[in-house]
Amino acid sequence: MRKLTSRIMSGPYIIWMIIFTVIPLGLIVYNGFTNSAGNFTLDNVAAIADPVNAKPLLLSFEMSLIVTGVCLILAFPLALILSKYSKNKNSFIVMIFILPMWMNFMLRTLAWRLILLNNGFLNQWLTTIGLDPIYLMNTKTAIVLGTAYDYFPFMVLPIYNAISKIDKDVICAAQDLGATGMRIITKIIMPLSLPGVISGITMVLVPSMSEFVIADMLGGGKVYLIGNVIEQSFNSGYADVHMGSGLSLSLMVFIIISMIIYRIFDKGEEADGVW
Amino acid sequence: MRKNVLKRCVSLIAGCMILASSVLLTSCGSSDGERKSSNQIVVFNYGDYIDRDLIDKFEKETGIEVAYEEFLTPEAMYTKYKNGSVKYDLICCSDYMLDKMIKEGEVEKIDRSKMKNIDNIGKTYWELSKSFDPTLEYTVPYFWGTVGILYNTKMMDHVPDSWNDLWDKKYSNNIIMQNSVRDSFIPALIRNGSDINTTDEGELRRALEDLKNQKEIVQSYLVDEIRDDMANDQAAMGLIYSGEASLARDYNDALEYVVPKEGSDIWMDSFVIPKGGKNYDGAVKFLDFLCREDVAMTNFEYVYYSTPNEKVLEQIDDEEKEGNPAIFPDESVLKRCDIFSYLGKDTEELYNRLWKELKAY
Repeated sequence: MRKLTSRIMSGPYIIWMIIFTVIPLGLIVYNGFTNSAGNFTLDNVAAIADPVNAKPLLLSFEMSLIVTGVCLILAFPLALILSKYSKNKNSFIVMIFILPMWMNFMLRTLAWRLILLNNGFLNQWLTTIGLDPIYLMNTKTAIVLGTAYDYFPFMVLPIYNAISKIDKDVICAAQDLGATGMRIITKIIMPLSLPGVISGITMVLVPSMSEFVIADMLGGGKVYLIGNVIEQSFNSGYADVHMGSGLSLSLMVFIIISMIIYRIFDKGEEADGVW
Repeated sequence: MRKNVLKRCVSLIAGCMILASSVLLTSCGSSDGERKSSNQIVVFNYGDYIDRDLIDKFEKETGIEVAYEEFLTPEAMYTKYKNGSVKYDLICCSDYMLDKMIKEGEVEKIDRSKMKNIDNIGKTYWELSKSFDPTLEYTVPYFWGTVGILYNTKMMDHVPDSWNDLWDKKYSNNIIMQNSVRDSFIPALIRNGSDINTTDEGELRRALEDLKNQKEIVQSYLVDEIRDDMANDQAAMGLIYSGEASLARDYNDALEYVVPKEGSDIWMDSFVIPKGGKNYDGAVKFLDFLCREDVAMTNFEYVYYSTPNEKVLEQIDDEEKEGNPAIFPDESVLKRCDIFSYLGKDTEELYNRLWKELKAY
């Protein structure tokens, strides 16, 4: 009886998976390995080696690493602060940090545009205090800023969760034994929050690698990422669904490979990091 | 047990497919039925490219119901049209795409004897249309314009009346180019003395080299945002369509529009009746309605792009014409401009390739 209920309960989820994951993925695989005549080909997948596609791929990879790094450096201290405050039920501070994340990310990216424009807020402010304006708009820096800002919550929340779950007695014990604040962070909080950090990195690295909307909005069409290449092959005038699918598949493979490398590296870390 | 699960999965997938296909079928069926029972035409046009009140007016006058759909780019239109799930009675699109559709035999001849107001369209515009519709049997001009440079007089000391100005290092980080393949190639091609409809790989490659060299001084490659950025004093020069230039000038008095002396591209948006439409007579009636003097006038005032309707042009006073050279270019401008034609699949692919090389450069 219970089996039946659980089956019925999982029904919608299975249908959802089939319609929105299995079928689309199947279509991508099918299109990626066929040409417009419907014959089997590896050209679309191999196209990733073409400099026109490889260069954007490398650029995407570089950008996503920088974005992940920036997010991590900013998110860890923030997660520490947040966990401290939420402990005291002072959720106002937490609220202030979480609130902007409730806004649509397109709007937030648009706000970055207004800030970074040649005569935007940033430069108006700089010239008011007598400094030279800086031209960040349509550069890689602008895209890194925008992407890091947009994916920031995905880094903060897992780390925050991991830190909140650390048993307070462990920290008390360390304090009793005379550990300094810095020592507690490096020797206790950091290793114990590692699972949060790992899921944070995964959640930022993977989507930021296929990012293209932010590049479009803040890059002014000058920075061309692999996401843009794929988007263009689906959407532009010379749409080639097969090429787009092939490139998407290659990108997936690259992401999987980087995740595997990361996991291997990460296991080593964990082994001598925690114990 | 495992077999059982597999069986379940298979039946589930089959069930989904049956469900999906039945939904599709019924939706097709019902829309077919609707169209048969009522007198309806389906119109497909660029976004915000008609005064909507005119549609109500047409419905009231003729009793024909108008289902109106919009698209963003000619390519998106073509993909959706080819998809075939909606049978369109009228499509409005740009020169080179119409050229492609005519060459592919996708469109019906338009019976001009049924159109009382067709003569309102000026001769000049029929002549222009000949480059994509040589026999003039398939298209009816709607709006047209040029591609040129919109510049900010506060930021420039001279009129950028040559395409070479877009390569002037003095305006580094102050130039906005079009983020669309063929439009951004116009300056580079003309500058090198090539035809904008060239299919020669060598000439296109040379143009690409020029565009690559230009990339470092280009502020951005945009489409619709060019208008906003130029209106906000973001850049000194922008490659832009005349209609958009005119809109930008409404917001910023310092902006002026010029079609460079070496020549440029003229674009023409026209209506065609695609094959497979359900209501040919209704479509012709709608076209005739759009050419009618009062309707064309209202529509012109709303869209404010260059109109091919002579009766409308006659009514506009000279002062308005002189004040807005983007919308009312003089004859000499038309003489030095060309119209895009469809270049065939090979050149299309080459363009796509070159464009990617430029973007990845």
